[in-house]
Amino acid sequence: MKSFTKITGTVAPMDRANVDTDMIIPKQFLKSIKRTGFGKNLFDELRYLDEGKPDQDCTGRPLNPDFPLNQARYQGASVLLARKNFGCGSSREHAPWALDDYGFRCVIAPSFADIFYNNCFKNGLLPLVLEEAVVEQLFAEMYASEGYQLTVDLQRQQVETPSGQVFAFDIDEFRKHCLINGLDDIGLTLEQADAIRAYESERRQSAPWLFDAVKP
Amino acid sequence: MAARTLYDKLWDAHLVQQREDGSALIYIDRHIVHEVTSPQAFEGLRLAGRKPWRVDSVLATPDHNVPTTVKERASGVAGIEDPVSLIQVKTLDDNCDEFGIVEYKINDRRQGIVHVVGPESGACLPGMTIVCGDSHTATNGALGALAHGIGTSEVEHVLATQCLVAKKMKNMLVEVTGRLGEGVTAKDVVLAIIGKIGTAGGTGYAIEFAGEVFRAMSMEGRMTVCNMAIEAGARAGMVAVDDTTIDYVKGRLYAPQGELWDRAVEAWRDLTSDEGAHFDTVVTLKGEDILPQVSWGTSPEMVVGVNDCVPEPALEVDAVKREGMERALEYMGLKAGQPIGDIKLDRVFIGSCTNSRIEDIRAAAAVVKGRKKAESVKQAMVVPGSGLVKAQAEAEGLDKIFIEAGFEWREPGCSMCLAMNADKLGAGEHCASTSNRNFEGRQGYGGRTHLVSPAMAAAAGIAGHFVDVREFVR
Repeated sequence: MKSFTKITGTVAPMDRANVDTDMIIPKQFLKSIKRTGFGKNLFDELRYLDEGKPDQDCTGRPLNPDFPLNQARYQGASVLLARKNFGCGSSREHAPWALDDYGFRCVIAPSFADIFYNNCFKNGLLPLVLEEAVVEQLFAEMYASEGYQLTVDLQRQQVETPSGQVFAFDIDEFRKHCLINGLDDIGLTLEQADAIRAYESERRQSAPWLFDAVKP
Repeated sequence: MAARTLYDKLWDAHLVQQREDGSALIYIDRHIVHEVTSPQAFEGLRLAGRKPWRVDSVLATPDHNVPTTVKERASGVAGIEDPVSLIQVKTLDDNCDEFGIVEYKINDRRQGIVHVVGPESGACLPGMTIVCGDSHTATNGALGALAHGIGTSEVEHVLATQCLVAKKMKNMLVEVTGRLGEGVTAKDVVLAIIGKIGTAGGTGYAIEFAGEVFRAMSMEGRMTVCNMAIEAGARAGMVAVDDTTIDYVKGRLYAPQGELWDRAVEAWRDLTSDEGAHFDTVVTLKGEDILPQVSWGTSPEMVVGVNDCVPEPALEVDAVKREGMERALEYMGLKAGQPIGDIKLDRVFIGSCTNSRIEDIRAAAAVVKGRKKAESVKQAMVVPGSGLVKAQAEAEGLDKIFIEAGFEWREPGCSMCLAMNADKLGAGEHCASTSNRNFEGRQGYGGRTHLVSPAMAAAAGIAGHFVDVREFVR
């Protein structure tokens, strides 16, 4: 997995609450059996004025000029500023894949839906929670200043604005560790294979109906 | 030992390792796999040279992409007209064959929507931890199990290690007291709950649904409620085990038998919250207050009683919420203050992991019987949740009731709930849908979804607009 330590990047807005995973990446693109290539269809229904199709070349599609990601000032953005309950809805990991593939490294919001939040960490994407009032302030500053950038320092757990104001954020220690070092979860868990086997053999005794039941 | 909630018990029983930082390794008993969220996980296993830890814990079936017309289903996988969908379903078949995973393939009579197939086959049992790469996995919590959706990286993680890295959630109790009025169903209950606590109300929680209303509810109804826990923000919803649970499980294909059954039942009887167990949040609703619900907006919390009107954004004090309501009204083509009964329907969809079990099909058929679909409704489709549900409904003659009324009777799959196959809404079309999400574009580009119960959807299909099913059947 890609590691995340510290980034400084242009901020783009997704200025509405309850952005759901259907909005982040509509279902027709979930038919892909790959992990990559979803960036061009990120926010497809908001970004384009026509209906997107899988495997389509998006270069000639009509763009929605009102959508921030289509505006010159937000090009190259790597930080997405969002509202409450970002990523609600389905468990599709295609949502963080699309954000990552587009070029986002960090999403800042007052709150995230649980599954989406969890999925981000598996893909080197940092979902960062800041208080609602702070997010409101960042929105105001971003709209007021073209090319607005934020520095996100995961090691020190802080976000710094261009004026030097610093906001601390909380993050689970284990997730931070994995993200900073780009660690593969599976490899770490398999280091505990003995503990898993011990648990399993105890369960085979106490609840044998949980094993070997599903047959063709 | 201190009094524990049902969730506490399920968590404790599956804890492999607690870490100092608060995260834990929990053991997964059952892993259900479908075609959309698994290909990248299998590919990951291959690239790392790993094998599934315990193949007998996995059951697979394609559901999201499968066509639901008899014509397209006639020749199995090869008959899928959409070439991209075909590849995905074929990939699941290939992966299951390669790794030795039991799969109910497209035309296996046991094939169906993962969350219908799991409990129906007895693959999902009380006391289990159950995961699937789909957020509606919470459906299985109705069995008194800890069930929740996971992303594709976690699908790979569970395949490779039989465990998940997790952090314990908080406990929420949603209690519905008293009794439901006639014509009020499990779907109305869960929509009313979401309307009350909001789509983020359960974020960070596991919800236990308790109270007289759930005790009196069938397993199918409990599954409908747990299914939509995620629409209230909670990854997991569950209902304590009682006789209804045990009766449901008994005799199912993969359920234990004989002496093992007796041992299992004894263990399952403890799957209730202890007297005095601590819940971080308690929400209470009165069953008598719940009316048939209809969603008017683009979030499942945007819901009102069938006899109400579309709410006024101007009365909302929270600015972000107000803007959301205004945007929803624009998308839905509705006006504030408009009676719900004035909303005309273009299509009706009865199906999805929320409402495609035999009880749902029966409820819809009871409303439709002897009546005709409104001329103005372009299409009303009934999509059973599995081949076994379909067979049962046909044995009861329910398919004929629908067909005589002008409804379509389809092959099992997720269908128009998320419109990954050919079943979808056209732009601007209003749909009375028994599914779980009314997000923008969910059922088709520009489509307008109204979430309702099967009986309400059926009644709307006959009348051409929303009607109070309680009045309608009289």
